Amino acid sequence: MFQLIFFSILNGLVYGMLLFMLSSGLTLIFGMMGVLNFAHASFYMLGAYVAFTVGLHLGFWPAPVVVGLLGALVERQGLRRVHRFGHIAELIFTFGVAILVEEIVQLVWGRPAKSYQVPAALDFPLFRVMSSSFPAYKAFMLVVAVAIFAFIFVILTRTRAGLIIQASLTHPQMVAMLGHNVPRVFMIVFGIGSALAALAGVIAGPVLGTFPGMAQVLGSIVFVVVVIGGLGSLSGAFVASLLIGIVQTFAVAMDVSVGGALAAMGVHVNTAGALHDLWRVTIAQVAPILPYVLLVLTLILRPTGLFGTRET
Amino acid sequence: MSTPVATRPFAVAGVARTARVRRYGLWLAAAVVLLLLPQSVRTGTAIAVMNQMGIAVIFALSFNMLLGQGGMLSFGHAVYFGLGGFIAAHVLNMAGRGAIYLPVPLLPLVGGLGGLAFAALFGSFSTRRAGTVFSMISLGVAELMAASSLIFDKFFGGEEGITTNRSKAPLLLGLEFTRDRQVYYLIAFWLFVATLAMYAFSRTPVGRMANAVRDNPERAEFVGYSQHRVRFVSFCAAGFFAGIAGGLFAVNYEILTAENMGLNASGAVLLMAYIGGIGAFVGPILGAVVFTFLQSMLSDYTGMWLLYLGILFLATVLFVPMGLAGLLMLHAPVWRARRVGRLLGPYVLTGALGFVAAVGIIGLLEMVHFVAAGRTGTRRLFWLVVAPRTLTPWLGFAALVVAGAVGVRWTGPRAVAAFAEASRPGRP
Repeated sequence: MFQLIFFSILNGLVYGMLLFMLSSGLTLIFGMMGVLNFAHASFYMLGAYVAFTVGLHLGFWPAPVVVGLLGALVERQGLRRVHRFGHIAELIFTFGVAILVEEIVQLVWGRPAKSYQVPAALDFPLFRVMSSSFPAYKAFMLVVAVAIFAFIFVILTRTRAGLIIQASLTHPQMVAMLGHNVPRVFMIVFGIGSALAALAGVIAGPVLGTFPGMAQVLGSIVFVVVVIGGLGSLSGAFVASLLIGIVQTFAVAMDVSVGGALAAMGVHVNTAGALHDLWRVTIAQVAPILPYVLLVLTLILRPTGLFGTRET
Repeated sequence: MSTPVATRPFAVAGVARTARVRRYGLWLAAAVVLLLLPQSVRTGTAIAVMNQMGIAVIFALSFNMLLGQGGMLSFGHAVYFGLGGFIAAHVLNMAGRGAIYLPVPLLPLVGGLGGLAFAALFGSFSTRRAGTVFSMISLGVAELMAASSLIFDKFFGGEEGITTNRSKAPLLLGLEFTRDRQVYYLIAFWLFVATLAMYAFSRTPVGRMANAVRDNPERAEFVGYSQHRVRFVSFCAAGFFAGIAGGLFAVNYEILTAENMGLNASGAVLLMAYIGGIGAFVGPILGAVVFTFLQSMLSDYTGMWLLYLGILFLATVLFVPMGLAGLLMLHAPVWRARRVGRLLGPYVLTGALGFVAAVGIIGLLEMVHFVAAGRTGTRRLFWLVVAPRTLTPWLGFAALVVAGAVGVRWTGPRAVAAFAEASRPGRP
């Protein structure tokens, strides 16, 4: 039991920090421009694919740079153009970009999953607790994610650039009045957010798989994280990432069904009836639903999210 | 104020009569076209495509009740289509077993009621707010249903889905539905009825209030309407008509899988409505017809049809946000002023150059596809045979793209200027 809890917490932390790398960029972009960027997870996918292709020749670092520049381009040429048509149009635009990126990935790299492997230097068990071992690569992921978190935190709270970004979040007109080019700040933040997403793709590609559907798998979860944490709130995104990460890993590890739990308590239900699927469902099977249930509950009960200060 | 009416009573009556004739004449003409359409085609494929179009039109129109008329962007509208379809399929199976009496023509109604029930359930909380919150909840509900479809095996049938058989149900007035052509008339009937009902809905006070709540919810509240309730009614109606489309899908294809209510299906209907134009009632009809046509045509030639449709979609969002219908309606004054002739020159020129660019883009994409698939040798593209592993075709198609794009940049503004000139009121 200890073993299960210990490893679930560790895995939950790794997954949660990975979610944070995606949600931090998304929530910053939302805070500044009021746009929920549907294509954010697409940049994550592009990061994984680009790293898979160039990683062996050039190392992994070109991927975030290339994808970051691409993100800035999308903002400059596309998003800024539809901005005047309102938020719904922006949402629809990013949705179109997400479709296009998925199709282009299928076009260039094909439909089957790529065998993007963990680099050999990190492919060993780091330590063992009882019968299970913890891979070094997951520790590496954790270290990178924590470093990114520290980096964003320092930039946003301790530098002049961070000051301008934070001010643009709440008072864009005032910042413009003071002589800063707010649209350019938006573009840079969009680019950096995309680069962060790509970096998440680079380090998650070998663990979560590199396939054309990877953006869709993670994209909706990241939305959930951002909404639960409170749109535009970085600390909220952090807490919600860890929450979702740990809840999901724990739920997957539990093989208990409703019927089984009731039977353990001495209540026997007729498992052959019309609802028989309902009684046989295990918590592990419900795990994929949990984030969305949390999302819907959050939006109904507390639309500002955990740490948010405003509604969408 | 009343002098024009008093002095020109005949003129006013004439205008009213023309308007009435036009209104009813349009619906009558649509009904006649729907009836005659199958006579004009010979192949079974064409009938199958038309059946698909009919279902898509109802679905897209119901989607536009939310997006265009109510200002609610849903990423999960296929949920109500799919649930309506699943319920219809189960009911059809029960009717086939003789457990209940229900003939096939009434089945779409069952799907509609199913869609309505679930729309009332999910709409009760998701319509409290509009904008991004509504979109997010719709996405959450869509993901919820996608995940549930893996759990509730009995209802959703797991990977294989639910199959059904329309020929086992009892007959109504001796109408049989064994061939696609017979199903076409069923779809056409429901298409006509549903379109008429949706149009009528948009004219009722509640339909008008949906527009008001879309444009200015605060003011609508001050007038005395609850924005939540107005949105809820629109949402339920949209769910009902999506369910009708789902029921027709069950009758037509005799199979439903979880994919039919997935995110991709919800995305497709957004593409249809937006390409057609969400600002006009006919927009989604146009969009659904064009989308289905391109989909069935392109998928014969290329595996990347969604890529092309995605490009079309993005181009619409960026450059023509009013969609096809909006673009056409923009030209109505020009048409009435009989000045279309003046636009012909600049339009044809811009269109030709755009076509050149499109050919270049398609050529490049197809060659990327060819090379990425690891194939060697030659393949046919348009009218010529190219060898994608050599440099020449790449340069050629790239030159087409550049030439076309530069040309459109030059002639495009001229075409816009010509349009502005032609649509200016008054005599030239």
